[in-house]
Amino acid sequence: MENLIYAVISLYLLSTACYLAYLFFQKEILHRFGYYILMAGLLCHSISIITIYIRTGLMPVRNLSETLSLSAWAVAVVFIAVRHRFKLKILGIFAAPAALALMIAASQFPRHTGPTKEIFSSFWFIFHVVSVFIGDAAFALACGVGILYLLQERAIKHKARGFFFRRLPSLERLDSAGYACIVVGFTFLTAGLIGGFIYAKSVWGRFWSWDPKEVWSAVTWLVYAALLHERLAVGWRGRRAAILSIIGFAVLLFTFFGVNFFLKGHHGEFTRF
Amino acid sequence: MMDAKPPKGHTPTPDILLIGLNHETAPVELRECIALSETDAEAGLESLSQSPDIREVILLSTCNRVEVLTVTGDATQTVGHIKALLSKTGGIEQATLESVLYTHSGVAAVRHVFRVASSLDSMMVGEPQILGQMKAAYRLATMKKTTGVILNRLLHRAFFVAKRVRTETGIGDHAVSISYAAIELAKKIFDTLEGKKVLLIGAGEMAEIAVEHLARNRTGTIFVANRTFERGVQLAQRFKGQAVRFDEIEALLLEVDIIISSTGSPDVVIRRDQVKGVIRARRNRPLFFIDIAVPRDIDPAINQLPNTYVYDIDDLKGIIEENMDDRLREAAKGERIVDEAVIGFRRWYDSLEVIPTVVALRNKIETIVNAEIEKTLSGFDGITESHRQALHRMAAAMVNKILHNPTLYLKELTRYEAKAITLDITRKLFKIDE
Repeated sequence: MENLIYAVISLYLLSTACYLAYLFFQKEILHRFGYYILMAGLLCHSISIITIYIRTGLMPVRNLSETLSLSAWAVAVVFIAVRHRFKLKILGIFAAPAALALMIAASQFPRHTGPTKEIFSSFWFIFHVVSVFIGDAAFALACGVGILYLLQERAIKHKARGFFFRRLPSLERLDSAGYACIVVGFTFLTAGLIGGFIYAKSVWGRFWSWDPKEVWSAVTWLVYAALLHERLAVGWRGRRAAILSIIGFAVLLFTFFGVNFFLKGHHGEFTRF
Repeated sequence: MMDAKPPKGHTPTPDILLIGLNHETAPVELRECIALSETDAEAGLESLSQSPDIREVILLSTCNRVEVLTVTGDATQTVGHIKALLSKTGGIEQATLESVLYTHSGVAAVRHVFRVASSLDSMMVGEPQILGQMKAAYRLATMKKTTGVILNRLLHRAFFVAKRVRTETGIGDHAVSISYAAIELAKKIFDTLEGKKVLLIGAGEMAEIAVEHLARNRTGTIFVANRTFERGVQLAQRFKGQAVRFDEIEALLLEVDIIISSTGSPDVVIRRDQVKGVIRARRNRPLFFIDIAVPRDIDPAINQLPNTYVYDIDDLKGIIEENMDDRLREAAKGERIVDEAVIGFRRWYDSLEVIPTVVALRNKIETIVNAEIEKTLSGFDGITESHRQALHRMAAAMVNKILHNPTLYLKELTRYEAKAITLDITRKLFKIDE
């Protein structure tokens, strides 16, 4: 298992190197290599996660290390989907380093698990976790796309076409890719939250208990709901949408990690270390 | 070697000679006079190819350069012929001509041809037309049968080098004209221009070229607004677009995506508040203004509005300058490719000398024979040194007898054309160059 984790880290590292080299040298072969290597890394990563699941029958989110690792996995999965759909190869400069950073962080925290409860094998629990993680990963990429959008828009508006102007795709493509990420993220987040409610009902007998995690999840959900609403109602797009998707992700990060570390709640065990 | 005097005793390999003038050496008035029409070029080729010193000749004439590329047996005479021809067809004093002409021979001429074909010597470095013009000039020369082994090879290499330079460097990558720069920008905003609606306000050469380029990207409807409606209708017909009245512009702001403005109006034609008013109704779809007019037609403050981009003529010129700098950087890589190709060509050219070919042929055969003898002998027992020497002597005699006639034949070749072809074939037949 240790070896597999290091293989995953090395592959993500190699992929990151390829994508960064692509950013600078703009050689087609580089991003293609980056992409295939990332896929290889994802394959190893999936094997390692599935192995834990088969061996223990539990979802591998039993401590901070496993949680981070699953986040990295989700980022890689969503990136590959987005890359496939939008041909947005440049997004690799975000996705690969993000997956790498999460994996390195995961490897730094102790991997022993405390006493685990039966809940880790419940269907609604697994549904809740996977769905929320994929949604969060999509929002992370939306944030990345938003940053790229702001860079490109700035270059065009200020007529200072520097390093990024040539390397980044068009505003329209960035905007629609960001929008797609938000839609995917929102769908999965909503489904994941519903899964969470059902699970809460089955365990604690109530859907909602004003736990800080629940409150902040609702806040995150509302930010993205507002963004989507504005887009559908009045065609909010471009710069404002990009900024909001970055803010949304900041809120999401707090919900994901901040709440567990600074506030008390019933999600604490997933980020123990 | 190419530049050295050929040794006495056998026909010298003739020299490649190039005489010409270009945008750097001659002012446009002079280039206009000398530029040859196709009939002039045909006549020129014919008259030049008839002089006995000129063995092969190609004439290249574009609006930025006139060049005569020859293979000559007597450089001094050839230079005279060419100058006479240019001064006659151009109606220019020899002395004036003298001051603008450059002459390259041997390696320098080869390098020059490669650089011209690769567009490294162009006024607008990297412009792609020159290659087509060179191909046309070459085609004319082959039709008139004024080229031979050397120029055929030289031109084919030049076309190959040009292709390499184009694909391996970014020499032609970025727009260096106003209209291309505008389209490059539009693509960075809209991704694809397909179906995007265009509004042309006013008229003018630059604006019309830009609209034509846009239309080539399969844009949607092209609207044309002109103060005089009739002129607008004419232009609209040209672009298969739709003429609109000047006061309809504001309403069209709702619909179009790209606006090119080029009127003579002293005031702005589109104000900030007009655009601000339609943003919401447009559902924030991006709007791109290209303002080619001086003084400006589009209020520059419009650029501050969300999802709206305004580029005026100075902005576009700035882009072109930047892109030109990039091209020059890429051109340095092109020079390296040219250098390589010159070395390769020179090696081939030198091989057209008789003696090296004869020596190489003998070496090749002797190597084979000796290797085979040793291989065979190693299979026998009891071979003495004298047996071995006898066998080698026999083999050497055979090699001499076999090579006697070919060597004599090659050395006695006098006609230049036949010599070049035969040497080339000999080298290929025996794969001497490997």
